[in-house]
Amino acid sequence: MRLRDNHLFRLIIFVILPLIGLIVTSMNSGSYYSGLVHLFGINIILVASLNLVNGYSGMFSMGHAAFMAIGAYASAMLTLTADQKVFLMPALPDWLMHLTLPFPVTLLVAGVLASVTALLIGFPVLRFKGHYLSVATIGLIVIVRAVLDNEDQITNGARGVTGLPDYASTGIIFSVAILCLFVLYRLIHSSYGRGLIAMRDDWTAAQTLGVNLTTKKLSAFLISAFMAGMAGGLWGHMQSVISGKFFYIDTSFKIVETSIIGGMFSLSGAIVGSALMTFIPELLAPLETGITLFGVQLPELYGASNMILAAALILIIIFRRQGIMGYSEIITDSLFSRETYLSLFRPDQYSSLAKAIVTLPVRSWQSLKARWVGQKHKSL
Amino acid sequence: MDTLYVLSQLVNGLKLGSVYAMVAIGYSIVYGILRLINFAHGDIMTVAVYTILSLVTIFGLPLWMSIGASVVMAVVVGLIAERTAYRPLRAAGEETTLVSSLAVSIFLQNLMMMIFSPQRKAFHLPENLTFLHNFNGIRLSTMNIITFIAVIVILVILTFVIKRTRVGMAMRACSDNMDASRLMGININHVVVIAFIIGSSLAALSGLMLAGEYKTIDPMMGFVPGLKAFCAAVLGGIGSLGGAVLGGFVLGVAEMLFAGLMPTEITPYRDAFVFVVLILVLMVRPNGILGSREGGRS
Repeated sequence: MRLRDNHLFRLIIFVILPLIGLIVTSMNSGSYYSGLVHLFGINIILVASLNLVNGYSGMFSMGHAAFMAIGAYASAMLTLTADQKVFLMPALPDWLMHLTLPFPVTLLVAGVLASVTALLIGFPVLRFKGHYLSVATIGLIVIVRAVLDNEDQITNGARGVTGLPDYASTGIIFSVAILCLFVLYRLIHSSYGRGLIAMRDDWTAAQTLGVNLTTKKLSAFLISAFMAGMAGGLWGHMQSVISGKFFYIDTSFKIVETSIIGGMFSLSGAIVGSALMTFIPELLAPLETGITLFGVQLPELYGASNMILAAALILIIIFRRQGIMGYSEIITDSLFSRETYLSLFRPDQYSSLAKAIVTLPVRSWQSLKARWVGQKHKSL
Repeated sequence: MDTLYVLSQLVNGLKLGSVYAMVAIGYSIVYGILRLINFAHGDIMTVAVYTILSLVTIFGLPLWMSIGASVVMAVVVGLIAERTAYRPLRAAGEETTLVSSLAVSIFLQNLMMMIFSPQRKAFHLPENLTFLHNFNGIRLSTMNIITFIAVIVILVILTFVIKRTRVGMAMRACSDNMDASRLMGININHVVVIAFIIGSSLAALSGLMLAGEYKTIDPMMGFVPGLKAFCAAVLGGIGSLGGAVLGGFVLGVAEMLFAGLMPTEITPYRDAFVFVVLILVLMVRPNGILGSREGGRS
């Protein structure tokens, strides 16, 4: 039995250990590393929701940053105090000026507004095929940026909005992330999701089988935008400063990059990709300020980490186009299956886990040998 | 608002449009064959401009020599990008190559930042190129006139190459059906390499024109004009050279008229305006103004 098929093992690796990590993070909130973990959670929401559109429904949107921006500004409008708003957003109508809502409600409103934007842009744009859709969604980012930078009576222009309250705690970020993952997971494994996948694989055939392409495309786009809007709200409250330049093409492209590296056909890929793309740039960051490597003082290499990531992306799409996780759903499968949690009470799981661990070296040696010998035969 | 003002805005539009047209031809040549939106095109412009700047300021080379060197540099970068990032993906979908080209674009931007620092740098053309001629109140620099003429000349030459020569015939064949062309014994890789050589050298020239117009350069300068030139190419009908030029001029004029004639509250929206135009055009006329019969854009 393979280790990864053991439910208890999955429980430990995918539920208990991350949970411990999150608890440690929430106890150290405010530290630099807790900020990174929070960013990781927000990235999960962004990338998983993008995967619904790009991976499962075969459209290729690059406009996620625009929905983030709308979510962030919407939730800023609803959480700042009236005093701050008079100063930052003087042109708000009176009722909005004095309206402050609890944070979860704000997030929902942020999501709804992002969805409304998606609806407005989706009607004309979703008819485009292939990369024309991508370019049109990039256009959406440029349009949203122009609005944010120029409507300075509402958005404070390019200076941005500052002083967003620090509501984005570990608990709320990861509750939203898990909730989004759960909703996406159930959607993808429902008849709705199978319709999406059918549309991705062959839209003519899907149409023949009664899949309504327009509703399918639009609804997937709306759901995805909704989640991106919430993520934008969370992001704003994490950073406490928002302005148009944070939600531009490069932000959007980072999300697309993460989705492709992790594997855009899988929600687990979104998690793995977000983890890699959140923490690896931090490891590369010393390069940009100049480090000493093997006794050699490297100069400041400004932009080095982005260069390395871009090169990695090219390598990934050449050699493993389906991304790191491919079509595997091991993380979400174990997170959302009852088996995983019940395994805690099943003695046979413990014994098989012990057996799997004990036999691990032998089995990995065998599989390596098999692979090596098999390849030798293949090459002959 | 007098006629002279409108007229000078129109001329400004033509100035901008000829730069767009130059970039758009490069886009169109590559797109026509590979169906690849080469986002790195704009950054190849940046590479060329930085090459000129460093050759002139550091090595003191004359301008014409460094322009030649920048064209070579752009071609080298374009071909390396083609070989490493696009050729292995030729069988993949359009979106995959799009992402790959965006990755190349980011790579180049950051490489430029690393080498030349992210700060803006001044970029001055010699006096005789920036000299302003005054035609009854409409001002044009020598550079503007050269650009305009260059666009027309390049359009004519390339049209001739594509319509009348063997290489051009091979390019048209590949553009129509790559698999069939391969079966007919056309070396696809040669055709693609030629397209990239033409595209990248045009990028180098348009980079020079853009920098001459802005007078400052920075590592990100190529991306948005590149994107707009792509819009221009789509507007005119991507894949057709005449369309690219027409689209470039239409977009340039529309943008300048928008910036010059609209009330000042909405003029900062001119970048957004370009994309709104793009989306509207794609909705109404998916194949662009001079688009070919080949469909499937929306």
